[in-house]
Amino acid sequence: MNKYTISGSPHVHSTENTKKIMYRVLLALVPALLVAIYYFGWYALRLTIVSVGACMLTEWLIQKYLIKGPLTINDGSAALTGLLLAFNVPANLPIWMVIVGAVVAIGIGKMAFGGLGKNPFNPALVGRVFMLVSFPTAMTTWPKATPIFDKGFFADAVTGPTPLGLLKEAGVGSLAEAGDLQFLDMVLGNRGGAFGEVCTAALLLGAIYLICRRVIEVFTPLSILLTVYVFTGICHLINPEMYISPQYHLVYGGLILGAFFMATDMVTSPMTIRGKLLFGFGVGVITVVIRLWGAYPEGVSFAILIMNALTPLINKAFKPKVFGVVKPSKK
Amino acid sequence: MQVLKIENKLKILLLMSNTLFISLMVLGILGGILAVILYFVAQKFKVEENPLIDEAEACLPGANCGGCGFAGCRALAEACVKQAAEKGNIDGLACPGTDMGKVAAVLGLTAAAFEPKIAVVRCNGSCQNSPAKVHYEGADICAFANTLYAGKGGCSKGCLGLGDCVKKCNFDALHIDKETGLPVVDPDKCVGCGVCAKTCPRGIIEVRPRGKKDRRVYVCCSNTDKGALVVKNCSVGCIGCQKCLKECPFEAIEMRGNLAYIDPTKCKACGKCAKVCPRGSIHAVNFPMAKPVTPALQGAEPAVKPQPRPEAQPVEVKTEVKPENTVTA
Amino acid sequence: MNPIKTFPRGGVHPEENKLSADKPIQDFPMPKQIIVPMGQCLGAPAECIVKKGDRVLTGQLIGTAKGFVSANVHSPATGTVAKVDVVMDHTGYYKPAVFIDREEQDEWVEGVIQTDELLTDIKLDSKQIIDKVKECGIVGMGGATFPTHVKLMVPEGKKAEYIIINAAECEPYLTCDYRLLLEKTQEFLIGVKILMKAVNTNKGIIGIEENKMPAIELLEKTINEHQDLYAGIEVQPLKTKYPQGGEKQIIKAITGREVPSGKLPIETGCVVVNVASTYAIYEAVQKNKPLIERIVTVTGKSVKNPGNFRVRFGTPADLLIEAAGGLPDDITDVINGGPMMGKSVSVTNFPCIKGTSGILLMTLDEAQDRRQTNCIRCGRCAGACPMGLQPFLLHKLAKQNNFDETETNHVMDCIECGSCEFTCPANIPLLDYIRYGKAKTGAIIRARNQK
Repeated sequence: MNKYTISGSPHVHSTENTKKIMYRVLLALVPALLVAIYYFGWYALRLTIVSVGACMLTEWLIQKYLIKGPLTINDGSAALTGLLLAFNVPANLPIWMVIVGAVVAIGIGKMAFGGLGKNPFNPALVGRVFMLVSFPTAMTTWPKATPIFDKGFFADAVTGPTPLGLLKEAGVGSLAEAGDLQFLDMVLGNRGGAFGEVCTAALLLGAIYLICRRVIEVFTPLSILLTVYVFTGICHLINPEMYISPQYHLVYGGLILGAFFMATDMVTSPMTIRGKLLFGFGVGVITVVIRLWGAYPEGVSFAILIMNALTPLINKAFKPKVFGVVKPSKK
Repeated sequence: MQVLKIENKLKILLLMSNTLFISLMVLGILGGILAVILYFVAQKFKVEENPLIDEAEACLPGANCGGCGFAGCRALAEACVKQAAEKGNIDGLACPGTDMGKVAAVLGLTAAAFEPKIAVVRCNGSCQNSPAKVHYEGADICAFANTLYAGKGGCSKGCLGLGDCVKKCNFDALHIDKETGLPVVDPDKCVGCGVCAKTCPRGIIEVRPRGKKDRRVYVCCSNTDKGALVVKNCSVGCIGCQKCLKECPFEAIEMRGNLAYIDPTKCKACGKCAKVCPRGSIHAVNFPMAKPVTPALQGAEPAVKPQPRPEAQPVEVKTEVKPENTVTA
Repeated sequence: MNPIKTFPRGGVHPEENKLSADKPIQDFPMPKQIIVPMGQCLGAPAECIVKKGDRVLTGQLIGTAKGFVSANVHSPATGTVAKVDVVMDHTGYYKPAVFIDREEQDEWVEGVIQTDELLTDIKLDSKQIIDKVKECGIVGMGGATFPTHVKLMVPEGKKAEYIIINAAECEPYLTCDYRLLLEKTQEFLIGVKILMKAVNTNKGIIGIEENKMPAIELLEKTINEHQDLYAGIEVQPLKTKYPQGGEKQIIKAITGREVPSGKLPIETGCVVVNVASTYAIYEAVQKNKPLIERIVTVTGKSVKNPGNFRVRFGTPADLLIEAAGGLPDDITDVINGGPMMGKSVSVTNFPCIKGTSGILLMTLDEAQDRRQTNCIRCGRCAGACPMGLQPFLLHKLAKQNNFDETETNHVMDCIECGSCEFTCPANIPLLDYIRYGKAKTGAIIRARNQK
């Protein structure tokens, strides 16, 4: 007689699983990676490979020898952290630094809290901020974007200031001088910066794919972008000499990368729609404050990390409305 | 030039050490003042408590298992001191794992004799005795599995083997044996607090007295169904034939449904019932010159081989008996 | 046709797999001995009133309802009681049952009208209808088996505005209600009228999913052709989404009203009844026929001839599986009911009873529990929950045995539909833990209310 299986209902399952979600996000980042290789050549590619490899190796070592638990490197989350970490660094960063960053991102940012799903902070950003604080010069020397067909795949990078760097140091006027006010260049990626964040168009392409596939929801990114636009718009209206017009803020720096790929990380962001909107608002405000009045030229990483810390509180405050429960009206 | 340099260096050193010295002094004095303030505050806000409570609590295990019915060992100690002051005795208040005589002595009273208890798992439906008929794929909680199906072997009152009792035990006295799938009680650690008995969704675990010389006899089955049904699912379940009931010289056995139950207050641990049970459902634990009663070896044979052996005797028995399977108390 | 409605929040879309949708109902012959359990409904099992050796007639009362929430049990066949013993039912436990050795011919009890003719005149009044429903042991045949007469007794101060017929049949694979709508349309509609009379309303709405278009069209055509007879009854198509057939969800979709937490549907003025129960009520009220049979769908991807069978209670399920082409070799899960809320069974020879809507045979790749990984806090479970709960939170709290917090987070409002576990990308058995939390929290609440 066959031995039947007894289990609790439901007995069927949707075909979604964690692995598919992670691989879809990786796929969405491929256009940006291709553009990055186009502009930064071999350096971008090797940093990506090293970062992804280091992240997966760290996770494997910790799971096999430290925790002695099941191995989950195949679920794609370590690879995703590696890719996002690589996207956040300058293409001319020494390899050993990105390895350190990867070890910190996975080891401290993720595994120390218990593995996937248990970390309060976005691991890629933990790694990035650690590297920024430990290796400030290397992490703020940005190469210029030069297409590989012009200079060759393996050519060394030429460094120069990024638009945000110029804004912070020399003000709005400097940008006009440096000829960096070309909006199209900003969108297509022909500028200095971390190689994953420069090409806005490629990133948006990936983001649209993710939204259509229902991997991420549109609320957080939209909230971030809207907040940044409105906030910088108000500042620009008050003082156009000092504050650049808002649409540039949307494309400068890592805002698009952060808004669509880092702030939407499911583990560290709120679960409900209202929570996500508040989260996005917070990220936007803090980003603008740091950009306009803080010490660093770019504030997205710090903004997201600060809001990650507030996520449990946001989850507690914003719970979905339960069917059939009517809140008693205050008399 | 050299002398100047050295002079400068010395000056810097002096300055630094001066700074160091001043910092140390300031912090030290600050710490001292604060320590004194804290001491006086602690004295002023100290809660006056009967010192007997501390002494009584010291006699208790401190595991806060709840077996006494109170919120923790300290709560029991407080209740004892209170009742001792009001009524002059600590009757009705007992920690299952402690000789209350010690607590009574602290309070200047006497207490009833200590009857040590132990948890007993009344099921022998191991993977061998009650072979699995289905796979189970669900949450690892006995309370949940109980609502889903009767059990892997089909016995509706048998142990589910998922370890709710193990998780709840405060004394680490239970673990699930890998081969049999049944929980095993460690007699050295178990105090008989009763948490496992309350946790088991089928009421299989019972807290019984350890018995004189740590000997106890119990029916290792909890199934009240008719014999024909029990036999379908388990080779060592009680079939309700009542042979044990007829054999018992002390009328300690009663039938609950089709299940024999040995009343621990009447049972004198003679072991006769275990000899006549045709299914081997009755376990006589820690009896001398008996086959080791481990669940894995249970078959259709009775637990204890009919051999001439000394009946319950006065003290001499202790010295002549050297059984292989007694657990040292 | 009315525009399609749906419930606004949550829901999932499992594969429909209505493999037996085109198979007409077949009468299934009873075996020599039938085993009729006493516990066929929610609440207390019936008390057996026959003993060994008694001769019983088809439709004779053999078990009386015990207590308020309970239902009568009638003999599905004519024969002699072989014994009153226990049988392993679909829950895997042994339950009391009456074993009847059958005679070949049905000899009905007195008063039962045996013709197949459609009787359109409703002679009984409201109270008599409810009494007849109680007498004939009618229960909710969608699977919940709640005694229908209790549902029809509208409490003092409340008014039933609508009779809603739950024809959603949102569970994948099951087609018993659908076939009944196609083949016994007029009888069913008279049943709706009877229900409307029983609760004193003139509005009856049949909520049916739009994947059953032939049934929708047939019902509308029949209602239009006999306007005088079926006035007040309308067909409301609903979007195909699970769990559209949930009581609270169907009320919300059709009327827009939410049943308050912890209360019954009558608070919104609606009484929801299943299709098979409605048909059984027609037979009971018009022909004095007690509930002794139902349609059972036997189905599964590797079943040779999935079908819908008219089965008298007490027929062992393995005979039905034989009739559907035999038990395939690769079956690992036998489910009583549908795949989303059905119960796994340990043996295939359990007797079919009032709540057996389907027997589903599933293979390993369809039913296997996949490897569990960490919760990635994606929130899909909360998005899928039709009751607006947070399954990830309830599962965590139940695991920690924190029943104060589960109560605060409304675990008692869970309808156990399984949408959360269905969507979870990490394959966490959310519903198992939520059910455990619900059981424990419910026990604490009951103990507290008793004081």
